Amino acid sequence: MTLREMKPGQQGKVTSVGSAGAMKRRIMDMGVTPGVEIKVIKVAPLGDPIEVNVRGYELSLRKDEAAQIEVQVS
Amino acid sequence: MSITIALAGNPNCGKTTLFNEITGARQHVGNWPGVTVEKKDGVYKKDKNVVILDLPGTYSLSPYSAEEIIARDCIVKERPDAVINIVDGTNIERNLYLTLQVIETRIPTVVAMNMMDEVESRGDKIDCARLSKILGVPVVPIVARNGRGLDDLMKAAISVANTKQKPNQLDVFDKGLSDTIHAVADVLGNADNEENQWKAIKLVENDEIIAATVPDSKKPAVDALVQAANKNAGGDAEAQIADYRYQYISKLVKECVKKSLKGGQEITSDKLDKILTNRILALPIFAVIMYILFACTFSENFLFIPGLPSPGQWLAGVVETVWGIFQEAVVGLAEGIGASEWAVGLVSSCLDGIGAVAGFLPLVLVLFLLMSFLEDSGYMARVAFVMDRIFRHFGLSGRSFIPMLMGFGCSVPALMASRTLESDKDRKITMMITPFMSCGAKLPIYLMFATTLFVDSNQTLVVFSIYMLGIVVAIIGALLLNKFAFKAETSNFIMELPQYRIPTLKSVLIHAWEKVKGFAVKAGTVIFASTVLIWFLSSFNLSGMCDMEESFLASFGNAIKWIFAPLGWADWRASVGVVTGWIAKENIVATFGQLFGGVSDEAVEAIMAGEEALPAISEVFTKVTAYSYMAFNLLCMPCFAAVGAIKREMGSWKWTLRAIAFQMCTAYVVALLINIVGNLIF
Repeated sequence: MTLREMKPGQQGKVTSVGSAGAMKRRIMDMGVTPGVEIKVIKVAPLGDPIEVNVRGYELSLRKDEAAQIEVQVS
Repeated sequence: MSITIALAGNPNCGKTTLFNEITGARQHVGNWPGVTVEKKDGVYKKDKNVVILDLPGTYSLSPYSAEEIIARDCIVKERPDAVINIVDGTNIERNLYLTLQVIETRIPTVVAMNMMDEVESRGDKIDCARLSKILGVPVVPIVARNGRGLDDLMKAAISVANTKQKPNQLDVFDKGLSDTIHAVADVLGNADNEENQWKAIKLVENDEIIAATVPDSKKPAVDALVQAANKNAGGDAEAQIADYRYQYISKLVKECVKKSLKGGQEITSDKLDKILTNRILALPIFAVIMYILFACTFSENFLFIPGLPSPGQWLAGVVETVWGIFQEAVVGLAEGIGASEWAVGLVSSCLDGIGAVAGFLPLVLVLFLLMSFLEDSGYMARVAFVMDRIFRHFGLSGRSFIPMLMGFGCSVPALMASRTLESDKDRKITMMITPFMSCGAKLPIYLMFATTLFVDSNQTLVVFSIYMLGIVVAIIGALLLNKFAFKAETSNFIMELPQYRIPTLKSVLIHAWEKVKGFAVKAGTVIFASTVLIWFLSSFNLSGMCDMEESFLASFGNAIKWIFAPLGWADWRASVGVVTGWIAKENIVATFGQLFGGVSDEAVEAIMAGEEALPAISEVFTKVTAYSYMAFNLLCMPCFAAVGAIKREMGSWKWTLRAIAFQMCTAYVVALLINIVGNLIF
């Protein structure tokens, strides 16, 4: 399942982070690397972006970006 | 001998607070060359020989944003004597990611473990001594907000700078990768040289900026090694390196940080966020906060009480009144001692120039007191979170909403508010289109035309449509700039939502003061010089002082009026109006009052308020050409004060001129279209 498909409150383990390039690097720089626990907190009032908790802090990213992150839901 | 200490840290880690505390707010604020990224430096308040340089807040030293490139260039190329890396103790894992990269440069480093009070109140424990031993750098617990631990921090920083104490070489990567990095460094020259080692890591990370610095003779060997590393890493060594760093940090955190058992508990910040970005409540709360921001700065009917000025307007009024009295007294004095007419005029116009700058200061002050509060409290990040969905379609960030909203009041503080945007590209585009939002000073122009030429039409619709035109042109402008001027840069929205914190009064005041001072000093000269220049042009000709009708400006208006023929108003008075409008847009009305029949000052006031018409302008303008003229003045170069603000924020003349050129071309094209299409229809 991708991070995009997860519902608020669901959590899981990141298995892979999308295609190469600046976007991937940025996502990884922010701590979203394979193996890390991630939890969806909420969706923005207009339906996009989403807010997740990773490595003890809150990160927001767009659904298109979240679609590149594969997660094993626990 | 003086030493330089650079401050590096993530955004929202308390870096600015620390900088203010150790420099005592005596600091120099400017721009890094060529970008809209703020550069601050100051000296340590307890030792004038210690220069403190504030690097832009970054999460990484990768080469993907202006901030990251500046921060790493400063560390690697200018090699400060020491780096203080500020780490937010409540968010230690992600913060240490930058720490590892700073340590990779092997520059003497001190880690400032900030927000220790919050760490303690959560019941967590950070073993700074152990962390220090592993990293090979001093780790000093501090609380930047109240100054706790700062003396120890500075002592440690000065000491590592003097002893040139290098951080440990950490075992972050696996054997294969370390060997590759070593081999690449070997190709570059001496593998024991720290700069080569750092470059080698960056090359394996596929860093294009560093790759461009490799001499051609060494390129094939380096490329072969990097390709092999990529192959080993499943095609992406860059991701593998980021992964290794975080794996190393996880081990480090396990060893040095004891999380309390109440870790799962909700803290106040989370509860607050549940309300502020709640699916239903978020937008109404957002609207109320934006209303407060706008009303406190610009409203004439504050809190919906007719005639009650907002704090910003009230202060601006006070400044204007006091300055007016002073100006009158000085001019009176000059006339009293028998100064010649031109000398009195010069003095008066100089005072006008200073007054033009001073009149904006209250607006800047009030807006930035509120903006710094929003920024420091963490709400600004939520503004982006809430508005992103809308603004991404224009290639902008949700945070562009604030400058554009403020633009309806006054472009000057609005342009300065663009600093809160995340990327250099967004800041530049926002600054270029913010003046398209019709500011308060442009309204009198529309009223003059509406009451004179649109008597039989729906006047409200005429004025309203001009406002809408500004918004539409801004959106199209943003799309075009994104597509053609900044096409290389992709935008993303991977952003931290920091915890809510109550800002300290001190940091809010310092930030607002910096903005006021920056505007007065850096924008002031532009405004002052151009105001005096236009005064000279409008009151002199070759034989000396004269009325505006015979001045250089009138000749100039005559000479350039053909340019505006396609727009429908090839009249020298209309051209002169455009120029005097650059001093302040409402000046166009006064200029027209004077040039179309010399009406009195009272009449000009009445025309500005839309209470009286100026029939003489119908000699020159039809409905269509009047609309074209309004659109041109809405979109063309804003007043000099706004240009000064653009210059101050862009930090370069090149970009300031590009912005002006963009605005002038846009104005011309739009006014031309209006004239052509309008004449076809009506």
